[in-house]
Amino acid sequence: MQIERPRDLDELLAGLDSHPEATLLAGGTDLMVDVNLSHHRPETVVALRRVDDLATWDDGFIGAGVTYARMEAGPHPALAQLARTVGSPQIRATGTIGGNLGTASPAGDTLPFLAAVDAEVVVASRGDRRRLRWEDFLLGPKHTALRPGEVIVGVQLPERLPQRQAFAKIGVRQAMVIATVNCCVVRDEDGKTRIALGAVGPTVVRTPAAEELVSSQQQVSATMLDEFQRLVSDDVTPITDHRATERYRRHAAGVLARRTLERCLPR
Amino acid sequence: MIVTLEVNGERRTAEVAGWESLLWVLRERLGLTGAKDACQQGECGSCSVIFDGQLVCACLVMAADAEGAQVTTVEGLADATDLHPVQRAYVDEGAVQCGYCTPGLVVATAHLLTEHPDATPDEVREALAGNLCRCTGYGSVLRAVAAAQGASDPAGADREA
Ligand SMILES: Cc1cc2nc3c(=O)[nH]c(=O)nc-3n(C[C@H](O)[C@H](O)[C@H](O)COP(=O)(O)OP(=O)(O)OC[C@H]3O[C@@H](n4cnc5c(N)ncnc54)[C@H](O)[C@@H]3O)c2cc1C
Ligand code: FES
Ligand code: FES
Repeated sequence: MQIERPRDLDELLAGLDSHPEATLLAGGTDLMVDVNLSHHRPETVVALRRVDDLATWDDGFIGAGVTYARMEAGPHPALAQLARTVGSPQIRATGTIGGNLGTASPAGDTLPFLAAVDAEVVVASRGDRRRLRWEDFLLGPKHTALRPGEVIVGVQLPERLPQRQAFAKIGVRQAMVIATVNCCVVRDEDGKTRIALGAVGPTVVRTPAAEELVSSQQQVSATMLDEFQRLVSDDVTPITDHRATERYRRHAAGVLARRTLERCLPR
Repeated sequence: MIVTLEVNGERRTAEVAGWESLLWVLRERLGLTGAKDACQQGECGSCSVIFDGQLVCACLVMAADAEGAQVTTVEGLADATDLHPVQRAYVDEGAVQCGYCTPGLVVATAHLLTEHPDATPDEVREALAGNLCRCTGYGSVLRAVAAAQGASDPAGADREA
């Protein structure tokens, strides 16, 4: 195995230009599990943790190398909440938002936040830079639009984010669990609401009918919450796996979405 | 390839293969068997070490990427004559049964007390959530942490873990 340990973006992109098929290594919390347990043997590795440009967090731009530990202490309530649910302190110290996007697990915990706020994923290769909407980047389970020679530089959030935002997750324990269902809701002052759910489809999903139902309403009644819950349950497309059945996930998605929305409503 | 790093204050070099984790290199190449090899997937925390000032699972660090890093393992906590206060507290509180989880818990506790000495009982639980123990039931572990913090009333230690 060959490893490159670039220190800045130019060096990184030059390295990727000569090894477009290289495996990118950030915190290693997904990749090393693969190496240890599935005996994945990358031939060329490009290690990202020394690249300062990837670790920047500049208002609406969050560098790919930003760790969960930093997100926990950051300014966006839902992002901080989700970061705190990830793994353990050991995982949060090294795991990154870029790695969560790179892995593109249907249950990735940053993804509902990025989808709810309509974030863009910024990717670069030598001499080129692209900005992709989240749904154009996340193409399926463990499948992204990243091309050989490209790296995720970071995510760009819209200029104004709703202050009312919440994230919630269902799993078997408080710590160290991959979500059975996870959910992020953001709501503007004027009521416009966006909701995204993970682990209930091939990739993170939005549920437009449910969004529309509550978006025009300043006051959301109990009947409307019932209907909101039903629309979310109807709209998701979960599967049965070792974590939960399709039926449980569908039900849980509705309940979780409703509770997460309730946290964004005035009391 | 050759990797050079600082382990417990000493400069060490090791010949490593691409697939090797820092945990493997510590144990098999450098003879430091304190960090334990259990799940190899970040789930149990028995391999916890301090890596450039952060608590990490050594099984998830690619050794080839540890070039230039400063690593502290459980072997680096005590000085020549005395146990580290966290080790002392674990002994005094009997927070050890089979001992497999102990090095990881001790390193995680020592790190917590450096970063956040006044952690509340709930914060202690959260901080140690990545370190599994299949024997003691955690009560004695939490009492040991409280003792190391110098707390007289280890509130919460006897709550169900
Ligand atoms: C014990 C444990 C608990 C976990 N708990 C959770 C959890 O609760 N929620 C959750 O969502 N995840 C969880 N994970 C999964 C993992 O921690 C996250 O997905 C994390 O965000 C991965 O980031 P990383 O920096 O460690 O990525 P790495 O493992 O370094 O990389 C992951 C993938 O992304 C690619 N990649 C990394 N950075 C870039 C980049 N800048 N550009 C392009 N590709 C890149 C890599 O090539 C690789 O394919 C857990 C993992 C473990 C081991
Ligand atoms: S062996 Fe590293 S966390 Fe279990
Ligand atoms: S003492 Fe046996 S695993 Fe903790």
